[in-house]
Amino acid sequence: MYLDLNEEQNLIRETAREFSQAVLAPVAADLDRGEAQETFFENLRQLAELGFMGLNVKADYGGSEAGVIAFSVALTEIARACASTAVSVSVNNMICEVIQAVGSEEQRHRYIPKICSGEFLAGAFALTEAGAGSDPAAMTTLAVRDGDDWVLNGSKIFITSAPYAGVFVVWAVTDRSAAKGKGISCFLIEAGTPGCIVGRAEEKMGQHASATNELLLQDCRVPGSALMGKLNDGFRIAVSELAGGRIGIGSLGLGLGLQAIETATRYALERKQFDQSISNFQAIQWKIADATTELEAARLLLMNAAFRKEQGRSYAKEASMAKLFATEAANRACYEAMQIYGGYGYTTEFAVERYCRDARITTIYEGTSEIQRLIIAREVLRSYS
Amino acid sequence: MYFQLTDEQNLIRETVRSFAENEVAPSAAERDENERFDRELMFDKVAELGLAGIVFPEEYGGAGGDYISYAIAVEELSRVCASTGVTLSAHLSLGANPVWMFGTEEQKMNFLIPMAEGTKLGAFALTEPSAGSDAGGTRTFAVRDGEEWILNGSKVFITNGGDAETYIVFARTDKDAQKHHGISAFIIDKDTPGFSFGKKEMKMGIRSSLTCELVFENCRIPADRLLGKEGEGFKIAMKTLDGGRIGIAAQALGIAQGAYEAAIDYSRERKQFEQPIASFQGVQFILADMALRIEASRLLVYQSAWRASAGLSYGKESAMAKLSASETAMWVTTKAVQVHGGYGYTREFPVERMMRDAKITEIYEGTSEVQRVVIGAAITRG
Repeated sequence: MYLDLNEEQNLIRETAREFSQAVLAPVAADLDRGEAQETFFENLRQLAELGFMGLNVKADYGGSEAGVIAFSVALTEIARACASTAVSVSVNNMICEVIQAVGSEEQRHRYIPKICSGEFLAGAFALTEAGAGSDPAAMTTLAVRDGDDWVLNGSKIFITSAPYAGVFVVWAVTDRSAAKGKGISCFLIEAGTPGCIVGRAEEKMGQHASATNELLLQDCRVPGSALMGKLNDGFRIAVSELAGGRIGIGSLGLGLGLQAIETATRYALERKQFDQSISNFQAIQWKIADATTELEAARLLLMNAAFRKEQGRSYAKEASMAKLFATEAANRACYEAMQIYGGYGYTTEFAVERYCRDARITTIYEGTSEIQRLIIAREVLRSYS
Repeated sequence: MYFQLTDEQNLIRETVRSFAENEVAPSAAERDENERFDRELMFDKVAELGLAGIVFPEEYGGAGGDYISYAIAVEELSRVCASTGVTLSAHLSLGANPVWMFGTEEQKMNFLIPMAEGTKLGAFALTEPSAGSDAGGTRTFAVRDGEEWILNGSKVFITNGGDAETYIVFARTDKDAQKHHGISAFIIDKDTPGFSFGKKEMKMGIRSSLTCELVFENCRIPADRLLGKEGEGFKIAMKTLDGGRIGIAAQALGIAQGAYEAAIDYSRERKQFEQPIASFQGVQFILADMALRIEASRLLVYQSAWRASAGLSYGKESAMAKLSASETAMWVTTKAVQVHGGYGYTREFPVERMMRDAKITEIYEGTSEVQRVVIGAAITRG
């Protein structure tokens, strides 16, 4: 065992930290209020220039080839400053990785460099539907073959980055007669394709700068070359690629939790009640101790999952464990941090209020905590049978 | 970052697991029932495997191993018998390690080597009736008399007490000093006149492990039995406990692992509503949370062990590991009983013992509350 970062990983973390604190943190509250969208876009472009959109992507496609551990630590640093930016970066990396993993050579060269360079501000992952959340195989969006083309009809919801995505990875049923999950395929649809319409924007509790929209597919015609991976292999692709995304979301949660408890610790050292710093009180110290312990365990689970992915070993169970533990620990850390701030923490004067709202979604998206537990239990029971 | 164990560490796990399952496990329930400490099985044979001084250099009787190997050994023993796990942990971390860290060369020759080789069992005597979490309240006194020290007082809750040959004993050497100042550490042999054993504790769990009161009545020891410098005792105790927490964290981890595996086995065999109860999400989620908490704790334990061997600071990390692993052990064993239903509450299944054993890990070598104080202080002091 060797549990330190190497030089390159440290450098990436430092770069991410410096950029995040200097550029992202000062505007995070504005972005949260729905302002300064141009700044948000500019920040995404700059992050792309720094190489953060394809951290685990080959240089041939414009990626940084820095690995999964570097991806995790970078995400955590970005999330400390702005969770909306962090989720955009996480999804972009996931899109690049899914295209790299299952796309044709032509598809890889066509899309990945554009996301990595910032030419596309984003890629979007369009799996969820109104009636297909935790159970994505229940999707009803349909793709029908018409000559060399495919024609898609249906609607997707909760699509991160949809209004400014250059390309959508869209899942649709291609064989209605197949068993559940066996007749779904994956398509790459470029923004602006007729019939591919970005719909209603969701109004959310947090992560306001990150857009979340409906995606409507109305007789959306795409060429046969838009099919990604094998026909009817889409469900397997979605399930395996989400495992990588979970490392991203877990790392995002970790960043929020750490930021919340660290700022609350500094507050506790300054805030005086009963003629002394409230950090002198054990009731406060224990909140800090518990959150720090849980987040340290979360960090190790994330590093372990990232390490296994880098080594080419199975990592689905470990990624689920890391995502589940990190996001739940992050929520506890954020709410305990707010408690340390007392009434001030409930106001928008302190960022902890935003951290709490931003953290809440992390136990829901890219697989709820309940789905993570299902995955973990399934893997465990399989290993003992 | 590199999370894989070395071949040597894997080999230690295999070796200890095989010994634990074949030799320790069969008598675990009976020893618990009869509160029977079995020196030959629980220490002498453990020492034959090279575990008694696994982390110490070979020239001092050890095996030249690292702390991760040590943690794995305690974990594997505790997976089948927490009493055997704590016997090793108290011996190595609390009995032998302070001599390694603070002893003179002569003391290492005379005391560390026999403990590391496993010919002598070690123990650590800090706690007193009114000095538990607040070790600065030590009331045992040592008074200098020529070339000797004379000890008077008593110590309670001493693991391995009564059978151990070598005791690290803390006593106040400066009556005027306050709290944690003026305490010194001594190495005392079992058969020293004036040193006797008091009440043997009857416990809820780890009943096969010895827990005994030590009594000192004008107990005279040579001056060269002072460990470290005079007045340095509190520091020695705290440094020793930093390392001890790795052992107890590993013990808690092993208890949790054993209960988790028992719950999996049972849930896959037990049928209700015409199917194994493992097929119900209500049970699956318990198993998933067990796996998760154990994995998180294991990483914290191995990280603190890795830091200890890498020469990095590890006080905060071992407190985190101990806090997380012991609370995980309590939670996992309680849930393991739940998965077993009414059977889990009976002594027919080992989870009943495991749950009783787990409780002590939240208490000894620093309660969970003290771990939080250690962690909180480390953070807020920057």
